[in-house]
Amino acid sequence: MSTEKTIDRLSAPPKPGRWIMPGLGLIQGLVISGKNAIQSYYKKDRMTTIQYPEQRAVISPNFRNFPFLCYDGDAATGLRCTACSICENECPPQCIYIVLERDENGKSLKRPKVFDIDISVCMNCGICAEVCPFDSIYMDGEYEMSTDDRFGGLMLGLDRLAKSAEYHMKLRPEEASAVMAKRKAEEEKKAAAAAAKAAKAKADLEAKAKAAAEAKAQADTEQKGESA
Amino acid sequence: MIFATVPFPSFTLESLPQLPKLLVEWLLTLVGAPDWLVIIGGTAAMAGTVVGVFLSAFALLSLVERKTLARIQNRLGPNRAGWFGILQPVADGIKMLTKEDIVPTKAEWLLHLAAPILIVVPSILALGVMPLGREWVPVNMELGLLFFFSVGALTELSVFMAGWASGSKFPMLGAMRAISQMVSYELPLIISALGVIMVTGSLRLSDIVAHQEGFNFGIIPNWNLFTPWGFAAGLIFYIASIAEANRCPFDLPEGESEIVAGHMTEYSGFKYALFFMGEYLGLFAIAGLGVTLFLGGWQAPLPFLGWVPTWIWFFAKLAVIIMSYLWIRGTFPRVRIDQLMRFAWLCLIPMALLTIPAAALWVFTGKGIVSWVVTVPLLMIPWVILTILFNRRLAPATRTYTFADS
Repeated sequence: MSTEKTIDRLSAPPKPGRWIMPGLGLIQGLVISGKNAIQSYYKKDRMTTIQYPEQRAVISPNFRNFPFLCYDGDAATGLRCTACSICENECPPQCIYIVLERDENGKSLKRPKVFDIDISVCMNCGICAEVCPFDSIYMDGEYEMSTDDRFGGLMLGLDRLAKSAEYHMKLRPEEASAVMAKRKAEEEKKAAAAAAKAAKAKADLEAKAKAAAEAKAQADTEQKGESA
Repeated sequence: MIFATVPFPSFTLESLPQLPKLLVEWLLTLVGAPDWLVIIGGTAAMAGTVVGVFLSAFALLSLVERKTLARIQNRLGPNRAGWFGILQPVADGIKMLTKEDIVPTKAEWLLHLAAPILIVVPSILALGVMPLGREWVPVNMELGLLFFFSVGALTELSVFMAGWASGSKFPMLGAMRAISQMVSYELPLIISALGVIMVTGSLRLSDIVAHQEGFNFGIIPNWNLFTPWGFAAGLIFYIASIAEANRCPFDLPEGESEIVAGHMTEYSGFKYALFFMGEYLGLFAIAGLGVTLFLGGWQAPLPFLGWVPTWIWFFAKLAVIIMSYLWIRGTFPRVRIDQLMRFAWLCLIPMALLTIPAAALWVFTGKGIVSWVVTVPLLMIPWVILTILFNRRLAPATRTYTFADS
């Protein structure tokens, strides 16, 4: 049985030679700890602790903390968020609260009026960042978020959530550049489509005008014929 | 007129620690105080010097200990308060002073209050008889060693007082452990000191130091440590002193992973700091006694270093011993209570008893080559036999588990 084996090993008689120098193990232990103490003064790799407020650890791009909202250009107008509420619905602990901004006629302006994340509830799962179809919400790299205000300080509004695309580029260059390339391509496609549409509309308009002119000319001749 | 009549006594670097005493005596004589007041004032100044020196040493040690342990664990240790954390003891003191003092409802408040005070007083008293320098002996008592041990035994009383008066389980358990440990380890501690008393023929600590003066072959100090019986007794004294001071690896009375903080569990604020202080002052006292008995007290370690003030040598040796305590604390895990007791009663006490005949033979054979030939086997052979016995397997070959197997 395995238990008996363990017991036998524990109570085994001391190995021959152990009694010759009792306390040898103690001296070996003292040598090890002494080496630790002395080498810590001149071996840099021994001191693994980072002296935090002065020194900072390099944060991995995979580090994810509470979400932020990305904007291009200006914080007030350039928000990528369209207040579609997908993240609000997907959020497992329901910590996102969004109100859509509307004009006086009640028409959607496709941007959030209120976007709150309660980070006392947020569990940093990153689902909001995954589901966002507008490349708007991402996980942040900030970790110094302690506050003495339990309610206000932990409720992040648009003013604290909105961060520029450059910040995102600095935080996670790989992801951000991929997103930027994608957005640029989309924009070009959109512009091309718009241009094509405009050209088509122009062509249509010209054709219509031509047809109208022709019809008028025909009518004129008919009228002339009638009057003659 | 009066200034001319009372000249200030001359002093050298050797008698620098006497300066407060001399100053107070001179001032009192200057104002024409009666003789008895001069004596009392001088003694008070003397006591104040000793207490002040050891309290600042305690503050320093509390920092040095944390720094050393941190280095052993490859950390920096306290480095925020002041330059290299030098103000850390001040910060700790302010923190302790401003903390709430909590007395449990089931505690006996008077004993609860008296225990931390009574743990500091014996340590200071014990330090009073120590010859700290050639001219710096606060109280040159004829029965200094006896006084030291009898006063040191008071610590056990206050530890148990703290455990009992707290009215709680953990302090009681810790106090019981402390009593059993301290009583067990006091025996080898005192027995190992007996050899020194026999060789010196005096209980006066300054006599013991004076007896260790001189050098053999012009280079080896004539300390008790460099004799066969003295080496054995010194080693036993060293181990027993670690246990007496409740230091790791014999810190079972505190055993923070098992019984919270032992007898100090129900103490907070400055009372807790007093326990801390008493422990460290006791550490100084017991290490200082070890230095006095075996390491030649304030004697210089090399013949050409005689010009250095003697009290510097005492404190240098004390620092070495204390640093070795820190090194041991940073290295060894805590022993079990049965290992602790077995070690004291089966190993230390028999060996300590053997140092007495060895010391006697050392004196009677004239402290020469013959003495070495006689005393070394007397100590070595029982030691080898004891270690063989001590390494015997204790656990039975097969264990039966009454409840688990059925």
